[in-house]
Amino acid sequence: MSLIETRDLALRLGRETVLRDVDFAIEPGEIVTIVGPNGSGKSSFLKALIGVLEPSAGSIHRAPRLKIGYVPQQLHIDRTLPLTVARFLSLPQRQTRKAMCAALEEAGAADLLSRQMTDLSGGQRQRVLLARALLNHPDLLILDEATQGLDQPGSAAFYRLIEQVRRDLGCAVLMVSHELHVVMSASDRVICLNGHICCEGKPEIVASAPAYRALFGTGTQGALALYRHEHSHSHDHAHDHDHAHEVAE
Amino acid sequence: MLDDFLIRAALAGVGVAIAAAPLGCFVVWRRMAYFGDATAHAALLGVALSLSFSISIFAGVLAVCLAMALAVSTLSERGYGIDTFLGVLAHSALAFGLVAVSLLSGVRVDLSAYLFGDILAVTRADLAVIWGGALAVLMLIGWRWQPLLTATLSADLAKAAGVNPRREQLVLTLALAAVVAVAIKVVGALLIIALMLIPAAAARPFSGSPEAMALTAGGIGAASALAGLWASFQFDTPTGPSIVCAAALVFLASTLISLTRRA
Repeated sequence: MSLIETRDLALRLGRETVLRDVDFAIEPGEIVTIVGPNGSGKSSFLKALIGVLEPSAGSIHRAPRLKIGYVPQQLHIDRTLPLTVARFLSLPQRQTRKAMCAALEEAGAADLLSRQMTDLSGGQRQRVLLARALLNHPDLLILDEATQGLDQPGSAAFYRLIEQVRRDLGCAVLMVSHELHVVMSASDRVICLNGHICCEGKPEIVASAPAYRALFGTGTQGALALYRHEHSHSHDHAHDHDHAHEVAE
Repeated sequence: MLDDFLIRAALAGVGVAIAAAPLGCFVVWRRMAYFGDATAHAALLGVALSLSFSISIFAGVLAVCLAMALAVSTLSERGYGIDTFLGVLAHSALAFGLVAVSLLSGVRVDLSAYLFGDILAVTRADLAVIWGGALAVLMLIGWRWQPLLTATLSADLAKAAGVNPRREQLVLTLALAAVVAVAIKVVGALLIIALMLIPAAAARPFSGSPEAMALTAGGIGAASALAGLWASFQFDTPTGPSIVCAAALVFLASTLISLTRRA
């Protein structure tokens, strides 16, 4: 049985339709990556799954007692707020020191417990966010561009860590990423999103799909093309539809 | 003992300071200073309302501040340019309040008492209202402490953890209006936010956790209230502003200490 499943999901932000007709499901233990240009509705889709955004149409079905661990894109903590890693992990539920240490260990941040959040580097902070998501032993880990702001080696290390976590804990992983070439190899399935699902499947199949190439260009190093992606592109696949592009993520 | 106006003033100042401290921390962390100003400045409208309908100042100010704070947080959620918008509201609320008080016929109102406080005129009944309000605010903030902190970090993170950030915002709004209502007699509408903001900011360099910051801010606030009271008695200066001056001096010292520590 799927952990989470959507049917004909549509999302609106203000007057803009960000997403429509999304049929999606993720199975236990699966790693699924969502790719798509800026404003394609990737983050909004994740927020709908965790219940932050209400769908404007369609349905979301979650498995009973599904536990989701959510790692946000970036967490800005105001410098005026003194907060140690331990205190951060204890929000909103108080945690035992043992549980916090175990989660930090799993996230590769074992020695950070008593550090101030605002003193951490970008990579350390992402690991702490990951540890926080692991605290409740999730069935499904959802990561929203978790490597934004990390350099290449940093994000590669982070994705290796995610694979490791999946192996250790057996949780499913759903992530959004820009870094196609890094992500592709680690994923069981890739979904190419641009206001709707353009194409999906095994990484190598998606990489050669016409809809994917229209968005990210040809060649396996699609990551560069992504940043140059123009909003006024035209798809070369057959079915016609208008793309709601001018939307915030 | 409570017959002495100085004792009553000291108790009133300390009561307001410790209620304002944890709230002031949230004002600092969430960058709500302008929001607080808009709420506090609306207090004068509340005074005008109370005087014209002969109801208690506390009730009138509480009602108007609450209405103002709710209006502001609703409108800001709809995405108005928040900084400008709050600035406009804060200052126009003050101006309308001043005009409204001046229009009251038949009563001679000592405006400066409401603008800057009149702590030396605090009665026993006022003390009961101040301490009752202060304890209610402290209990509310204490009860909501964990979810409030979570919502302060990130609205999305809070929602994902089952905390409703709008409800927590409402809790803060309610607490803010209550503190303004109890503090107007002590430091006045213009300086209430200063009494929240300055002790919290001064406490920051010496705090390693949110709880420590709130406690330190409470201590600094209470000490400033007593020091300001003493100074105003000693040098014959207005009490409300003297209290804020004392807090500002603590802030200055704290900033200098943290700068030299870092260097």
